[in-house]
Amino acid sequence: METTPSIVVDARGLACPEPVMRAKAALVRAKGGSVEVLVDNGTSRDNVARLASREGRAAEIRDNAPDGWRIIISAAGI
Amino acid sequence: MGKKASLFSTAPGIIVVGAFIGSAAALLSVLGNPANMGICVACFTRDLTGALGFHRASSVQYLRPEIPAFILGSFAAALLAGEWRPRSGSSPFVRLLLGALAMIGALVFLGCPWRAWLRLAGGDWNALLGLAGLFAGILVGIVFLKRGYSLGRNYPQPASLGLVMPLLAAALLVLLALSPLFGRDAAGNPTGPIFRSVKGPGAEAASELVAAAIGLAVGFLAQRSRFCTVGALRDLVLFRDARLFLGLAALFVSALIVNLATGRFHPGFAGQPIAHSDGVWNFGGMALSGLAFTLAGGCPGRQIFLSGEGDGDAGVFVVGMILGAAISHNFNLASSAAGPSPYGPAAVIAGLVLTLAIGLGFRERASAA
Repeated sequence: METTPSIVVDARGLACPEPVMRAKAALVRAKGGSVEVLVDNGTSRDNVARLASREGRAAEIRDNAPDGWRIIISAAGI
Repeated sequence: MGKKASLFSTAPGIIVVGAFIGSAAALLSVLGNPANMGICVACFTRDLTGALGFHRASSVQYLRPEIPAFILGSFAAALLAGEWRPRSGSSPFVRLLLGALAMIGALVFLGCPWRAWLRLAGGDWNALLGLAGLFAGILVGIVFLKRGYSLGRNYPQPASLGLVMPLLAAALLVLLALSPLFGRDAAGNPTGPIFRSVKGPGAEAASELVAAAIGLAVGFLAQRSRFCTVGALRDLVLFRDARLFLGLAALFVSALIVNLATGRFHPGFAGQPIAHSDGVWNFGGMALSGLAFTLAGGCPGRQIFLSGEGDGDAGVFVVGMILGAAISHNFNLASSAAGPSPYGPAAVIAGLVLTLAIGLGFRERASAA
């Protein structure tokens, strides 16, 4: 079963720490819902995944986005 | 690809990298590099600037192999990991200015963030004022980031752009090996590069091969681990993320251990090597540096490593540091062991005004996600 995140953050082309800041802001806006983050470099991918784990969320990294990765941060409490 | 990255993105991974860099830096001083300056990204870039004749301060001219080796080590690591990605377009001109301003501030303090920690590890308490300034600059940078400061996105570029910095680095190493002199006056004195100091800090150096080998290893490991001395404090404050800070702490502790073991720890404020004890401008110089590095996204080392992995904007920042070194010495802004130059404080204040204006002026585009 796959839920579609309501908020998509396009952080491609942004350097740290901006992708993590935008992902964090999106998690607040999503009020516990899932969030999808697009990144195009390994540093941002790892940093966003670490943000998810600090927030107690699961992060699924998919290699299928154009020019990078789609990171699906799960909804809270799943 | 992801698995390779995760090895270095763990806490033990970054601690090993930081410990390697700290001990290698302290050992480079034992092997001939200047005291408490085994590795100083700002100072070595300044020496390189002098070797090329862009400034003529005769005591600080040497084409330090560590700097091009950092670029090539990072280039190799990025290629092997599939992370070599030519990209550019994120406000390159602003990054040029930030690189120059960061360098001007660093040369008032006499060291970049790397050397600030290495100076502290050698017992130079003046570094405490510099580190306080660095931290203050980073905190102001964080305020701007929270207000939406952004230099905008970069975009993929052709492979040729990503090859510029590695090829430039290789060319610098060839110039070091051949040491040509491009000009001599009637008396036979050199009037043109490649210059090499005969006395002063620029004359103190470990063997070129050892320095290049250590530089390659540092560049390789730093690219894989994202080691960054400014990101360390920034991420700790901004995200409570201590990963990069662990690497920085490991650098400090390992350099301290090597210094203690080799009798190179001399605590005090006065008479420290290649340092002055004007606390106000040690603080001010590094505050300017810390703010400029934060607004550019990373410390001077990180900018060099990013330039090796294809980031053209980071390459422009590095060129900005070369420009800043030339300005610092040609306009007599850089400090000496005697203290700040008469023009250094005004340069720091003007630099802070300009850097604050950049922080205020560049905001997230309204349409950005």
